[in-house]
Amino acid sequence: MFTLTLFSLLTIIVCYIVMTLASVISKKTITDREKNSPYECGFDPKGSARFPFSLRFFLIAVIFLIFDVEITLLLPLASIFNVTNLFSWLSTGTLFLLILLIGLYYEWAQGALEWSK
Amino acid sequence: MLSNCFMLLVEIVNYLVLMICVLVGVAFVTLLERKILGYIQIRKGPNKVGYMGLLQPFSDAVKLFTKEQTMPIMSNFVVYYLCPVLSLFLSLLVWSVMPYDVGLVSFNMSILFFFCCLGMGVYSVMVAGWASNCKYSLLGSLRSVAQTISYEVSLALILLSFIMLLGGFSLELFVKYQCYSWFMFMSLPLSMVWFASCLAETNRTPFDFAEGESELVSGFNTEYSSGGFALIFMAEYSSILFMSVLFVIVFLGSSPCSISFYLKSMLVAFIFVWVRGTLPRLRYDKLMYLAWKSFLPVSINYLILFMGVKSLCFVLNL
Repeated sequence: MFTLTLFSLLTIIVCYIVMTLASVISKKTITDREKNSPYECGFDPKGSARFPFSLRFFLIAVIFLIFDVEITLLLPLASIFNVTNLFSWLSTGTLFLLILLIGLYYEWAQGALEWSK
Repeated sequence: MLSNCFMLLVEIVNYLVLMICVLVGVAFVTLLERKILGYIQIRKGPNKVGYMGLLQPFSDAVKLFTKEQTMPIMSNFVVYYLCPVLSLFLSLLVWSVMPYDVGLVSFNMSILFFFCCLGMGVYSVMVAGWASNCKYSLLGSLRSVAQTISYEVSLALILLSFIMLLGGFSLELFVKYQCYSWFMFMSLPLSMVWFASCLAETNRTPFDFAEGESELVSGFNTEYSSGGFALIFMAEYSSILFMSVLFVIVFLGSSPCSISFYLKSMLVAFIFVWVRGTLPRLRYDKLMYLAWKSFLPVSINYLILFMGVKSLCFVLNL
């Protein structure tokens, strides 16, 4: 744990040094309003860039969240194999995965995975 | 006390050497990519700088770093500025899971650590797109985030089915268990799914919707220039290199202390570029269908199968 913290610290320092180096040695120019406006193919940007987006992205994120939580619950299954009863390990694990799988098929059948109609 | 300090120093030097080698490797992967793409399109690729274009990546780096740094007025500047640092940090830190026999950390929970770094990688793209406050960036980052999280599920489940077999989260187990037969022979379809998921995870063609240049100029890094762009670029190629190395450890079974390991990982990195030179970009809805309707069911079914295999091995005392 200590070494890993040390490594992270070391990495972030190196990355930051590289970024600072780039800022120091990069070409300096006069900043003007046109150049620093958001890039929109040479036009003045029309409206804000923080616009509402398609709900599909949000729904995908929700489905992902469910599956990720289930993966988190599955993770200990591997490491407890040696300290648990084989039958209960297999039955609970398979049951859990079947629920996951049938849930996925149900979502599929209900059209939650359709991207566009 | 003195020996402790010495060990610490050795570890730091080990890690620094690894990091520098990764960065140099990244530089040469870009050269490899340009060369291969060149020959696929029947032209030479860079062949002037240094000996046969060997110094090209370094001159590219110097060029990138001396370019002008833009300061978009609409952006949330501090976040915008620090995001490339975060993304390079994550893709360099993930290298610490390398299962070396000597030196470095090679800890027990390395696969969990890998998942954590993979999951965090989404944030750097998302925040980079949001903070630059440009329409192209936001759209690119949205697409990229949706794609990455979709493929992450199947990626995790595939690795989990092997973890079930091995019964531990250490990458060293993969090296140890594959000395007679590679996992690639045991489950070829799974390795194919894993490779395609890796392509999607690193935003490579045919899944490069994060920067579909025909629609979104340059995707989430539209507003970046100079150092910021260079760092994002390095992070991307470092993760490509890491994914190919991980493919070798998980499916082609060899220890990082052998020569064949490096040859194999170079081959996989070559395939990454080869795919880019050959395949056209997918449609976005097809990409989502591929992840949710074919990769995910396959990996869950395989997980159930592998649990059965593990129990069978245990019962039969294999």
